[in-house]
Amino acid sequence: MIRNPLPWWLASPAALLMLAFLALPMVMLLGLSLNPFVPGAGVGEGFTLSHYADLATDDYFHTIFGRTLALSFWVTLGCLLIGVPEAWVLSRLSPRWRAVSMVIVLGPLLISVIVRTLGWAILLGSEGVINRSLMALGWIDAPIRMMYTFSAMTVALVHVLVPFMVLAVWASLQRLDPATLQAAASLGAPPTTVFRRVVLPQVVPGMLSGVLIVFAMAASAFATPAIIGGRRLKVVPTTIYDEFLGNLNWPLGAALAAVLLVIVLVVTLGTNRWVERRWRRVFE
Amino acid sequence: MSTNPGFLRLERLTKRYERITAVDDLSLDIAQGEFVCLLGPSGCGKTTTLQMVAGFVAPDAGRILLDGRDLTTVPAHQRGLGIVFQGYALFPHMTVAQNLAFGLQMRKLGATETNERIAQALELVHLQDHAQRLPRELSGGQRQRVALARALIIQPPVLLLDEPMGALDAKLREDMQIELRALQRRLGITTVMVTHDQSEALSLADRVVLMQTGRIAQMGRPHELYEQPNGRFSSTFLGKANIFSGTSDGQMIQVGSVRLPVPPGSPPGAVDCIVRPERMRFASSQALLQGEIVARVFLGNHWLFQISTPVGDVQLTEPNTGLPLPSEGSRVGLLWTPDDARVIARNA
Amino acid sequence: MSSPARLSWPLRLFHSLFAVFMLAPLLMVVLVSLTDKGYIALPFSGASWRWYAAIADAHDFITAFINSLWLAAAAATISALLAVPAGLAIAWHRFAGRDALLGLLLSPLMVPHIVLAIALLKFFTLIGASSTWWGLTLSHTVIVLPYVLRLVVAAATGHERSISQAAQSLGAPPWVVFWRIELPLILPGVTGGWIIAFINSFDEVTMSLFVASASTATLPVKMYNHIAHTIDPLLASISTVLIVLTLVLMLALDRFFGLDRVLSGRSN
Repeated sequence: MIRNPLPWWLASPAALLMLAFLALPMVMLLGLSLNPFVPGAGVGEGFTLSHYADLATDDYFHTIFGRTLALSFWVTLGCLLIGVPEAWVLSRLSPRWRAVSMVIVLGPLLISVIVRTLGWAILLGSEGVINRSLMALGWIDAPIRMMYTFSAMTVALVHVLVPFMVLAVWASLQRLDPATLQAAASLGAPPTTVFRRVVLPQVVPGMLSGVLIVFAMAASAFATPAIIGGRRLKVVPTTIYDEFLGNLNWPLGAALAAVLLVIVLVVTLGTNRWVERRWRRVFE
Repeated sequence: MSTNPGFLRLERLTKRYERITAVDDLSLDIAQGEFVCLLGPSGCGKTTTLQMVAGFVAPDAGRILLDGRDLTTVPAHQRGLGIVFQGYALFPHMTVAQNLAFGLQMRKLGATETNERIAQALELVHLQDHAQRLPRELSGGQRQRVALARALIIQPPVLLLDEPMGALDAKLREDMQIELRALQRRLGITTVMVTHDQSEALSLADRVVLMQTGRIAQMGRPHELYEQPNGRFSSTFLGKANIFSGTSDGQMIQVGSVRLPVPPGSPPGAVDCIVRPERMRFASSQALLQGEIVARVFLGNHWLFQISTPVGDVQLTEPNTGLPLPSEGSRVGLLWTPDDARVIARNA
Repeated sequence: MSSPARLSWPLRLFHSLFAVFMLAPLLMVVLVSLTDKGYIALPFSGASWRWYAAIADAHDFITAFINSLWLAAAAATISALLAVPAGLAIAWHRFAGRDALLGLLLSPLMVPHIVLAIALLKFFTLIGASSTWWGLTLSHTVIVLPYVLRLVVAAATGHERSISQAAQSLGAPPWVVFWRIELPLILPGVTGGWIIAFINSFDEVTMSLFVASASTATLPVKMYNHIAHTIDPLLASISTVLIVLTLVLMLALDRFFGLDRVLSGRSN
């Protein structure tokens, strides 16, 4: 049955690494979520669904999940709204400008999220640059509270994640045959119609890919919501941090993580399948 | 024959993929120094056959013998055959000289001899000044010549070519065909070339092996194959053919409502009567067929006419002698000598 | 796309605003790093290099920086050593379970880092390896391996089989074909992958927060903890240094590979 054992030998080190340090720990995490928590003593023995029950019934967690999903939704929408046109613009630029723009748009991906978020904290704080400038101009009397708001988290996350959307749509655009645009124009279509009826449908795979990546990363984002959202605006990842490293309630943290993982997988794989069914023609 | 007629022997080679038999019980003897072309449409098994000889595909049955030695289970890198690949497969990260040196390095040849052979090889293909170039800096024709030199420099007993001219434009292809033939003659190297281009096969080969669905349809010298096709496939793949299907009584063939003469001795019954376009001519009297010219195409050194007749569309070619020829729409009579027709029993 | 039809002015404006949006936070960081004040301020009322000089005294930050460099190099190298053979197997061989294997090796891209981080924290605690360097290194290796793998698979897939066959026909046994022909040709993909893996490991904060400790602190973790207390210009100057270093690396990446290609995991 195994005709040539060579590929197995080649792949086994990497596979073993993943199985040992990814698959196994994840399974253990699931098990951990089913252990009871003994305050003061840590993880107890035995099996309990109480943590999941907590998540299902406690309003505190409902709010957090709701906020996380809302955040992911708005961030994804924001990235779509500005990422798609930007990718389109990039594809129409002359090579020289495109090279520069690429560095500006994609470069931030290579810079630590801490640095990028620090920049937003500087911009948005009450002692921050925006407030100071507005006050110096006399437009406002007191600083506007921008940090530690939902909107600020959304904007900062859009900044962090939009390069992924641009990349995904850009990849689709590169596969677009420019001759199809010329054909449409020659048949009488004005530029907006060309975009709407010729470009957009062919770009859907890229948009889909971008949506999935951005949504998953927004729901899982830790550093940016922690810094911009602060102590009061909790999302699931920061709550996991609290439970794990704060309250030391590892089983509850594990349960939160498990639910987050399931939500992310369901949404991404589910959306993938739905769009694939609808746009099957476009996927060669 | 003084040369070894079975120098390269393919014995009942078979290759199956899932439900398709790519090569079906194929046997072929190739003489030393012979230039053989495997010709056929895509999917006929010619490339698979070549890959089995090269050692990249293992046959499901059959043997490959080179000068009596059984190569069938010998790994590709130990067969020592010279191969020119369809895309040339030059090593992109090595210069022309390094590409040429590679095969010699595998044979642990000394530096002096290596350099000598490289110089000789470059001269053979007229690329002496290009030794330090990288493949991406060369034109298509130059790359092809490097690929050829690289295969020949190891002095292989057999040269295998997989559609080597495919990527070249028409004029360059013609020039390369002439060069290749001259080279092969000069070196006397046994050569097997795969191609789907029938005119290429006709002009280069000592022997053409026409393949269809994994089997040999017909084989022989180019002239033989062309003049004496053994069936519908052979007659239409090599050159153009007008095929009249009907019933013959030994002297005339009834095709629809028309009777046409057949050569004496041709088989009776349900037959195909094949007449090449260049054997037909216009005739005002004693015409065998009447028709109307539907289209007329100028092809440089000859004209091609498409004529609508009671037995279907017929093609006729006339050399470009400068004499006036009938125009589109004219009614014409067609004539040929019965001996120019070839009659073959029709398979059920 | 070679037809640069002139972009309408609304699109040009949009593009400029987008660029401003992307650069604004980074610009802020750079500007603040030049202030002469002891708190966050723009340097328009006085600029100074004091916060850069302060880096020299921030020994713990320097140690963390060096830790991060070593960690990233180790994670990238181990990933490459594992991903190259696996990537070649996936690209050049057909075998049962190939798709499942590819899914397994790319799965870290789908798993939220926070989830994996706590899973590994639990795992390491169980085997008594929490807060160790090799635990941290393996954690990083797991998350950056997909980046190397994607580029190796792309490079290997783009490799023409006939070139390997040509080498074989000239007498090269399989290991020579690999060493002298295949490896050199996929090396650009491997290198690009290594660099991306390095950068991702260096920047990673979530994994390190959970799996590291005070003794194995990485730079992003130190910065994160510092921000929690106060946002002071030292962070800005350190960040600016990071931005400049990344910029250099980025330009090199773009020059040799094309930034968009290497970031999305494709090859020429």
